[in-house]
Amino acid sequence: MSTLEQMYQQVILDHAKHPVGRGLVDVASVAGHLAGESHQVNPTCGDEVTLRVDVTPEGSVAGVSWEGQGCSISQASVSVMTSLVEGADLAEVARLDGLFHDLMSSRGKGLDDDAAEDALGDATAFTGVSQYPARIKCALLGWAALKDSLARSGALATS
Amino acid sequence: MTTTTVRPGDPALQPAETGSLSTTELAAVRADFPLLERTVRGGQPLVYLDSAATSQKPQVVLDTEVDFYEQRNAAVHRGAHQLAEEATEAFEQARASVAAFVGADEGEIVWQPGATAAINVVAYAFSNATLGRGGEAAARFRLAPGDEIVVTEAEHHANLVPWQELAARTGAVLRWIPVGDDGRLDLTTLDEVVTERTKVLAFGHVSNVTGAIAPVATLVAAAKRVGALTVLDACQSVPNMPVDLHALDVDFAAFSGHKMLGPTGVGALYGRRELLEAMPPTVTGGSMVEVVTMETTTYAPPPQRFEAGTQMVAQAVGMGCAAQYLDELGMAGVARHETELAAEMLKIVDIPGVRVIGPLDTADRLAVVSFVVDGVHAHDVGQVLDDKGIAVRVGHHCAQPLHRRFGVAATARASASVYTTVEEVVAFREALAGVRAFFGAE
Ligand SMILES: Cc1ncc(COP(=O)(O)O)c(C=O)c1O
Repeated sequence: MSTLEQMYQQVILDHAKHPVGRGLVDVASVAGHLAGESHQVNPTCGDEVTLRVDVTPEGSVAGVSWEGQGCSISQASVSVMTSLVEGADLAEVARLDGLFHDLMSSRGKGLDDDAAEDALGDATAFTGVSQYPARIKCALLGWAALKDSLARSGALATS
Repeated sequence: MTTTTVRPGDPALQPAETGSLSTTELAAVRADFPLLERTVRGGQPLVYLDSAATSQKPQVVLDTEVDFYEQRNAAVHRGAHQLAEEATEAFEQARASVAAFVGADEGEIVWQPGATAAINVVAYAFSNATLGRGGEAAARFRLAPGDEIVVTEAEHHANLVPWQELAARTGAVLRWIPVGDDGRLDLTTLDEVVTERTKVLAFGHVSNVTGAIAPVATLVAAAKRVGALTVLDACQSVPNMPVDLHALDVDFAAFSGHKMLGPTGVGALYGRRELLEAMPPTVTGGSMVEVVTMETTTYAPPPQRFEAGTQMVAQAVGMGCAAQYLDELGMAGVARHETELAAEMLKIVDIPGVRVIGPLDTADRLAVVSFVVDGVHAHDVGQVLDDKGIAVRVGHHCAQPLHRRFGVAATARASASVYTTVEEVVAFREALAGVRAFFGAE
């Protein structure tokens, strides 16, 4: 595989074309649920994502919805992240966020940790992206929006 | 000096009055740029189509800078030793070269760290004059609430944000000339936008997105009719076409060294002599003063009044060398070369799914071509081109309002310089033709 093909894995191209969770959903005011929204922009390339998260009283992610525009890497990354974190509890979300950041700092080498890569699932397809310093921030845009929307929901303070 | 066998200025190689750079001449030019020899992404030749962001540098510019540090380095305009004399002479000679290159007098060129800084000097001078600095002499620079500052929708942020800020500080109103669907300024409402209330008209000579050359004469005439001062952002014109600031009759102009084959960290502010004389300083400190007491200071005449602190002497000397290099090459020939390249670049409109943002003909435009590819984001386009060793810029190119005007967040942009070849543009077109297939865009 060329480095270009390593970057644009089929999984990424598929998610970019058929994104999961795209289209903002009104978070119904279900008793005890916490909701948060975040808008993140990548000022150098204009990529944007607005993301909403719905957290159950028990502290797990009930749903993520988002709207965005940008390159295939940024859009696919939000999509993959959405499928990954739905249903996860907040401690697990924090762990995945840490693992994904580690992956993005791996300069194309991956995590060398099977358990970690299993946990990241499709998100490991972004390993190739970490070879391109200019594109790492594209892959991290959605993760930044998730973290911020969780903080805004107040769920992090209570968990 | 470099040791290529054929120098660009060699009379035997001068392009015919109507011709562009000859093949031999272009080969000689390319041999002057060491970076163009390197390979990228696994040994492929570099196709550098990002000169509008920053140009590459000829060996002679690099050598001149090194030579300055090796032989002449000293503080300029002070000290009574031989080195100080030589450094000052090199510094002022560079100013003269840059002035001659753009049709200005020596005293009208102020060294600045770049075009952005240069434009800010003018904007802050207005601000300071509005606060009463500069006294009666600076009355032309005073703004009152209700006065208007006019820019265009095509501006680089460097020629927009400083004016927004000036308006916010003074209560003046910012207005703009719109851009038409063809990427050129839409002048149909010019008389409604530029009125008796207009105090400044700031506009780009050549857009760094569309490549369109602005109708300077029309805009200057409109400004003069109402007594407004004109500020020309000449960043993209000075490196790529003949520019004679006196003939253009603008009041101020700004351009950067690094886009015209010179070093980073240096640029120039041009101001008509009597305006620079009347303008209050912005950045203050050492080297720009006459008499300093504990209470007050009197300021040096221009250009020193606007050159506070230790200057970027080596870079200025490098920029002077770059101006001479381009001058020897002949800017008329350079402009014709770029028109040819623009024509080659514009052929990308024949690739299915490719849309150019900007004029589709080569009249009054340079070889700066921004485009979108249906179904593929600009960043992804750039990545596929990069995989073939082709360097283009992606994003909004510091012109978000212009991108918004065309309903796009980002474009990819190919741009040329003196050393760009038709073969490189062909390689770019071929690579671009494969982009949609790679992403499976229908
Ligand atoms: C049209 C235009 N104006 C202003 C600038 C700013 O120049 P600099 O960044 O060198 O100050 C640029 C370069 O990016 C430009 O292309």
